[in-house]
Amino acid sequence: MNIQFELNGKMVSADSAPGTTLLEYLRNEELYSVKHGCDHGECGACTVLLNNRSVNACLTLIHSVEGKKIETLESFSTHEHLHEMQEAFLHDGAAQCGFCTPGMLLSVEALDREGNKVTKADVKDALNGNLCRCTGYVKPIEAATRILQKDGGDSK
Amino acid sequence: MKVIGKDILRVDGESLVRGKPVFTDDIKLKDVLYVKILHSPVAHAKILSIDTSKAETLDGVIAVFTHEDFKPHYYTTAGQGYPEPGPRDMRILDSTVRFVGDRVAFVAAESVAIAKQALELIDVEYEELPCIFDATKSMTAGFALHPTTGTTGIHDIEKNIAAHLDAELGDVDAALKSSDHVFEGTYSTPFVQMAHIEPHISITWLDNNNRLVIRTSTQVPHHVRRIVAEVLDIPIGRIRVIKPRIGGGFGGKQEILNEEVVGAVTLKTGRPARIEYTREEELYAARVRHPELVTFKLGFDENQLLTAIDLNILEDCGAYGPHALTVMSVTSQKALSMYKAPNIRVNGDGVYTNLPIGGAYRGYGAPQAFFPLESLMDEAAEQLGIDPIELRLKNVFQVGDDVPIAKILGEGREGFPMVLYSTEIAACLEEGRELSNWDALRHQTQTGRYRTGIGVAVAGQGSGIPGIDMGSAFIKMNEDASFNLQVGATDLGTGSDTALAQIAAEVLNVDIEKIIVYSSDTDMTPFDTGAYASSTTYISGTAVLKAAEKCKTMILEQGIKLLQVEEAKIVDTDVVAPDGQSISYADICMKSFYTEEQAQIMGTASHLSYDSPPPFNATFAEVEVDTLTGITRVIKVVSVTDAGQIINPKMAEGQIEGGIPQSLGMALSEFMPFDDKGRMLNLDLNSYHIYTAQDMPELVVRFAKSHEPTGPYGAKAVAEIPINAPAPAVTNAIYNAVGVRIKHLPVKPGELLANIQLDD
Repeated sequence: MNIQFELNGKMVSADSAPGTTLLEYLRNEELYSVKHGCDHGECGACTVLLNNRSVNACLTLIHSVEGKKIETLESFSTHEHLHEMQEAFLHDGAAQCGFCTPGMLLSVEALDREGNKVTKADVKDALNGNLCRCTGYVKPIEAATRILQKDGGDSK
Repeated sequence: MKVIGKDILRVDGESLVRGKPVFTDDIKLKDVLYVKILHSPVAHAKILSIDTSKAETLDGVIAVFTHEDFKPHYYTTAGQGYPEPGPRDMRILDSTVRFVGDRVAFVAAESVAIAKQALELIDVEYEELPCIFDATKSMTAGFALHPTTGTTGIHDIEKNIAAHLDAELGDVDAALKSSDHVFEGTYSTPFVQMAHIEPHISITWLDNNNRLVIRTSTQVPHHVRRIVAEVLDIPIGRIRVIKPRIGGGFGGKQEILNEEVVGAVTLKTGRPARIEYTREEELYAARVRHPELVTFKLGFDENQLLTAIDLNILEDCGAYGPHALTVMSVTSQKALSMYKAPNIRVNGDGVYTNLPIGGAYRGYGAPQAFFPLESLMDEAAEQLGIDPIELRLKNVFQVGDDVPIAKILGEGREGFPMVLYSTEIAACLEEGRELSNWDALRHQTQTGRYRTGIGVAVAGQGSGIPGIDMGSAFIKMNEDASFNLQVGATDLGTGSDTALAQIAAEVLNVDIEKIIVYSSDTDMTPFDTGAYASSTTYISGTAVLKAAEKCKTMILEQGIKLLQVEEAKIVDTDVVAPDGQSISYADICMKSFYTEEQAQIMGTASHLSYDSPPPFNATFAEVEVDTLTGITRVIKVVSVTDAGQIINPKMAEGQIEGGIPQSLGMALSEFMPFDDKGRMLNLDLNSYHIYTAQDMPELVVRFAKSHEPTGPYGAKAVAEIPINAPAPAVTNAIYNAVGVRIKHLPVKPGELLANIQLDD
């Protein structure tokens, strides 16, 4: 069955076998920022944005995204410029091995897009689905909180 | 210093935050075969027969391998120096399985789905054998888990003792007898998962010269090459191992876990092959921290100084003993390198059980040492009526002290003499006392449901394995005064590529941007034993320092020739003669390449150290115990570390911040329960609970000002030290909060609750 959806700003059509997960589809499309860590929605390494909300691509069937908008980390930076949050993660040393970093960046982006004032507790909550064994979450939380609290705590 | 001690951005940082395809699995190969392993469903059995005919006829199955396809050859999966210090007790596929998860067969197919389907079509007839699930019963089980024929290096096959160690200095029995105070306690530490988020993954193919290329998520590329060559019986020179970025290792990837399996598939079929463990396989079929049952006896004189330390270890190796001897050795070495006692003794046995295999996990035996030792020191302080910080300060090794255990107990053989050239543990304790508000929090009067407490623990580690770990580096210069730094050292996500680049940049007086690092490719980079034992900054870093100095010497020599002077010196990035003439680095290299005194400017060096200076750490934990549920919450952890000169403060902080929750997990949240058939029960990361963002306490991380004279720019190791002290600091805090001594980890809320007796 052929399905149409928006992927990183472009309409695409996918002809995937039934049962194919969004994770399998995206990695097959060589969108390698989407990581495979557990297949069960536990680690968050495959986090992507679906209509501006963070979801685990491993738990999302490709056939459920018909007409929706999917974004991966590949769409966040240009050749010249990093996204502000990527800059912050880079400068704060928030990426150690970097395997869970794409998922973390998308989780905090989803929080940002909610458009509310953000507290450190909100950031911790947003990152709670992204397991990381390297950083203790300290620098990711600090970097994300600093960026999302600019402009008096309302980043949008 | 211009570069050392600065928050230099990671050399791989931008690629990581962009999500670039830098990990093992981020490539697409044509005609790749997907490999899946059939794991044993039973804990101990002889394989009477394996019928693979149905699997082999399944469309898309290319090859099926069983033990009948391999000559019996015993090896170890431990990525350690050669000859390996542990037993050789494992085969690529064996006719006996020894734990739930052991390999029975493997399949290569056109897709993962087909490979999985094929596994279900393999008919295996097992003759189940008696099992050992309790390490205290291994030696007296009356049957052996391993054969006498073929295996080597097992200490006592009949008694299931994989490895044994004993050593004594002085007369411990006499000293304990004459001590004013003797304290004794038995403690246990559990199975723990490394839980790196990237699973083990390896991809192999044949290059245009029919050589086997192994792209793998490993901490030990050179050991992978040596061991795969041995197991598959091909020359070492026919193998190239490439380590891309890796998604965490923590010791779990110090193992040759599946590289030989996927290599066998490629050699047989000529096709690329890929194997990736699922999370479930990671949890039950990879490697774990060895549980240890440890008894300490501590003797003190009337001045509260240690007279004797007696240490007994029973280590559960699980089904095989890849790190059996060395983990236990580290338990002993680290426990006996903290406090000065004139009489010390260790006796340890590492025994086989039918449980998952103990491997290398950050700390490598040291967390198993410091939980008991620091618990008992806390108890001793209370009994002696002295502040726990004071008792430690009175007994820790000081600068200039000889640390005798290092000499009598090495890595599977006698060690090397060790003198302590740097320790700031006293400063760590003092700073931690202030930052944790120790004096105020220690003696609180409390009522009500929630009780808070504060505890302290100290710990040490090492910096590489003395006399064994060797790193090497090659630096060559380019015309724009940039330098290629090629190292065998393996960055497993810690940032070591960056730290090594900083060392090279500092020596060569250049900015970090001028250093182009390439690491961990056995064809392209010189030898390194690998990323384990906290060796990279100290050992590989010194190799880089020496190589950079040689390169710098050659720059100077070329400059002198090109200036046609007798002598000159390097000022910033120029060679300057006494008469004021000068030539820049870039001009020297350009001329050296193309016009005059033509030569490649380069330097290469190796480094091995007989010293392994311990980094030290003091950790203070503040906890809150819910006396209604028995649940412990960690409120705040203060961790102060002496790691010598810090090369990169942000990266070093990251090591500490990441190490702490791994220890808190071992203490409070990570459980590996088994059923009565030896099957692990919680096979996912929801129920095997590692710390999440919301679980994290407040962390306060500091480094003491310190300088290690034997280290590169004064550096010691920093990777493993943070994982040792948090667990005992937490359990000591629990005692302070509710008066219950925890002797067995993890803390079980029900048991804690049953032991809490409140006055009010």
